[in-house]
Amino acid sequence: MAVVFEKTKGLTDKPTHYCPGCTHGIIHRLVAESLEELGLLDKAIGVAPVGCAVFAYDYFSCDMQEAAHGRAPAVATGIKRVHPDSTVFSYQGDGDLASIGTAEIVHAAMRGEKITTIFVNNAIYGMTGGQMAPTTLVGQKATTSPLGRDADHAGMPIRISEMLATIPKAVFIERVSVHDVPNIIKAKKAIKKAFETQMKGLGFSLVEVLSTCPTNWGKTPIEALKWLKENMIPYYPVQNFRTPEEVK
Amino acid sequence: MAGKVTFDENRCKGCELCTTVCPTKIVIMDKDRINIKGYHPATVKEMDKCIACAACARICPDVVIRVEKL
Ligand SMILES: Cc1ncc(C[n+]2csc(CCOP(=O)(O)OP(=O)(O)O)c2C)c(N)n1
Ligand code: SF4
Ligand code: SF4
Ligand code: SF4
Ligand SMILES: [Mg+2]
Repeated sequence: MAVVFEKTKGLTDKPTHYCPGCTHGIIHRLVAESLEELGLLDKAIGVAPVGCAVFAYDYFSCDMQEAAHGRAPAVATGIKRVHPDSTVFSYQGDGDLASIGTAEIVHAAMRGEKITTIFVNNAIYGMTGGQMAPTTLVGQKATTSPLGRDADHAGMPIRISEMLATIPKAVFIERVSVHDVPNIIKAKKAIKKAFETQMKGLGFSLVEVLSTCPTNWGKTPIEALKWLKENMIPYYPVQNFRTPEEVK
Repeated sequence: MAGKVTFDENRCKGCELCTTVCPTKIVIMDKDRINIKGYHPATVKEMDKCIACAACARICPDVVIRVEKL
């Protein structure tokens, strides 16, 4: 009997606090498997955000540090500069990264910090109860946009990957999704390439992962995956924006 | 290819995502039982139909499922 799939050593045994069907759990697994497969569990230092992933430090079996809301790229910068041989990653939601933390992510990318960011875009502030995020889609209902996001009032949703891909030292940028098994497999390949980019010292790397929030979207987990596919992907295309030659 | 799946049942949150991806449609929710968290856990009754594709395990957000090839 051969094992085809089992829980990675990159995750601790602690059950997560995430809501049923929340794809934060899938993304944690992909990051943890990538770290294990690249032999990085003893070298990796993760930085957890403020948001639903605030307890990520309990779930990854590598060293972890908690950051203030949006400041994970700044904390990761400090860690990487003091421990250049470690592999440093931040794990951040869209409220964390694309709202309060926009300055930190843009400047970490601009400086070409040799860190990896896992950017979980679920188009909402999950932890605080479903407020509109900069990434909330036009027409999408949130507690602070009960009639749906109005582009005249709130502007258009921010496309972080496209924006960061204009920065010369942001050398690996890819948007992926976890709404079905083929996309989950592709998402893991992108996460591994982002870590490889860092291991080779090539510059800043980021993977934007389209994710669900069944609870605040008011949907079942199954409906939420369908909603992601039909509504998020047309506005947030799943594609690679940049890969350095050395990791192709 | 014959396969076998095992569920770390008390981690299951009853989200049902695993039931939507099985090519042989054998992953079901066990409506007769409740786990430690209070959910009906996912289960497989017709194990002889499992082809060890691991689709159920890959979509599970809670890493409940282990897959073996016989
Ligand atoms: C300085 C500061 N401002 C505001 C908050 C409140 N707050 C907590 S989480 C959060 C947003 C979370 O959304 P996101 O980053 O998208 O993560 P998700 O929960 O959706 O994964 C906010 C605004 C805070 N904790 N600290
Ligand atoms: S509130 Fe949303 S993002 Fe947070 S754990 Fe629940 S489903 Fe996931
Ligand atoms: S491994 Fe594949 S065939 Fe077996 S139960 Fe899971 S999804 Fe179904
Ligand atoms: S996907 Fe995982 S948590 Fe959800 S019902 Fe299946 S086994 Fe349970
Ligand atoms: Mg969010």
